[in-house]
Amino acid sequence: MHRTAKSIAALALGLALTGMASADPVEDTLTVETDDGPLTLTTMTSAPDHLTDTMDTIWSGWHYREDDTRDMERDDFDNPGMVFVDRAIDSWNAPQGVKGESCAGCHEGPESMAGLRAVLPRVDPESGKLMLMEDHINSCVTERMGLEAWKLTGDEMKDMLALISLQSRGQPVNVAIDGAAAPFWEKGKEIYYTRFGQLEMSCANCHEDNQGMMIRADHLSQGQINGFPTYRLKDAGLLSSQQRFIGCVRDTRAETFKAGSDEFKALELYVASRGNGLSVEGVSVRH
Amino acid sequence: MAEDAKPRVKVPKSASVGEAVTIKALISHKMESGQRKDAEGKLIPRSIINRFTCDFNGANVIDVAIDPAVSTNPYFEFDAKVDAAGEFKFTWYDDDGSVYEDSKSIEIA
Repeated sequence: MHRTAKSIAALALGLALTGMASADPVEDTLTVETDDGPLTLTTMTSAPDHLTDTMDTIWSGWHYREDDTRDMERDDFDNPGMVFVDRAIDSWNAPQGVKGESCAGCHEGPESMAGLRAVLPRVDPESGKLMLMEDHINSCVTERMGLEAWKLTGDEMKDMLALISLQSRGQPVNVAIDGAAAPFWEKGKEIYYTRFGQLEMSCANCHEDNQGMMIRADHLSQGQINGFPTYRLKDAGLLSSQQRFIGCVRDTRAETFKAGSDEFKALELYVASRGNGLSVEGVSVRH
Repeated sequence: MAEDAKPRVKVPKSASVGEAVTIKALISHKMESGQRKDAEGKLIPRSIINRFTCDFNGANVIDVAIDPAVSTNPYFEFDAKVDAAGEFKFTWYDDDGSVYEDSKSIEIA
């Protein structure tokens, strides 16, 4: 009798520990206090068709973060990423081209960019190239303003990514994966499932096989990029998807691809497509 | 004027008489502590916001002395009792002598 009680206790303890190790995404709803009133975002939905064999539900990384971090995203004032959005508004209106061109000169207010974040990356029908938002911005900077291209992971670029992404906040991610995008998407998918580095880890090893588990002190999410660019508390600054990819591949102890390389562009398309249906979170807040 | 210093404040649009409202004030500022060194090993000179004040209809609400240990983009949240409609005035003082200001009015509901 005594022995049975003991083994039951041990079993219960074992279960409790397992429960802790696989800390599932938190059930919660994200409603953001914006200047235009509250906005509820879709942070959890059924997986897009191309993923249904692998998972049923897709979750924004927001669900995997701790209470304090999640709360920061609920109010635009508390969201430290908005500082960078403010900075980008100044840059948007500033006459910075060689002939005094500004973003506002052609595009009027930033709200003209509404919807763009949700469909990027996409293939440019004229050149047949896969375009990130960074590529679109740089084509304006170099061709229309006559300036040197902005550094892909530089501050002025990331500020602008934040401002433009914010215009699409609340809209569902909907990147095209068929037609002209299909070869890029296939390439991205191949990279996603390829093991890199001395640790021989693929994106899928963490973000598909072990999502919800702890990797040391970090809670592994599905690796969704609907919240990018994100304000990262660790860096006290913005982080773009391209930078996140570099960080992940580096962590496998590999020589990484460069930001804006064909490989990482294709990967961004594929990873974005895994989040088709989640809301664009504009500037999210993560650890 | 320090680069990129940009104030943001949040004050409720209206309050009832005698109500304590929550006010949030943030300024983007690098808050260089004066202790760090650049790539060549030279000391980067201190450049911080050293004082923050908030006044309501001319009366002081809060007056904060800020020291180098305060991190980037200093953010203050505090309560203020509102007896009448009026205007909150916020002022940040930079080491380099610049002064940044912002104001928000509040009504009595």
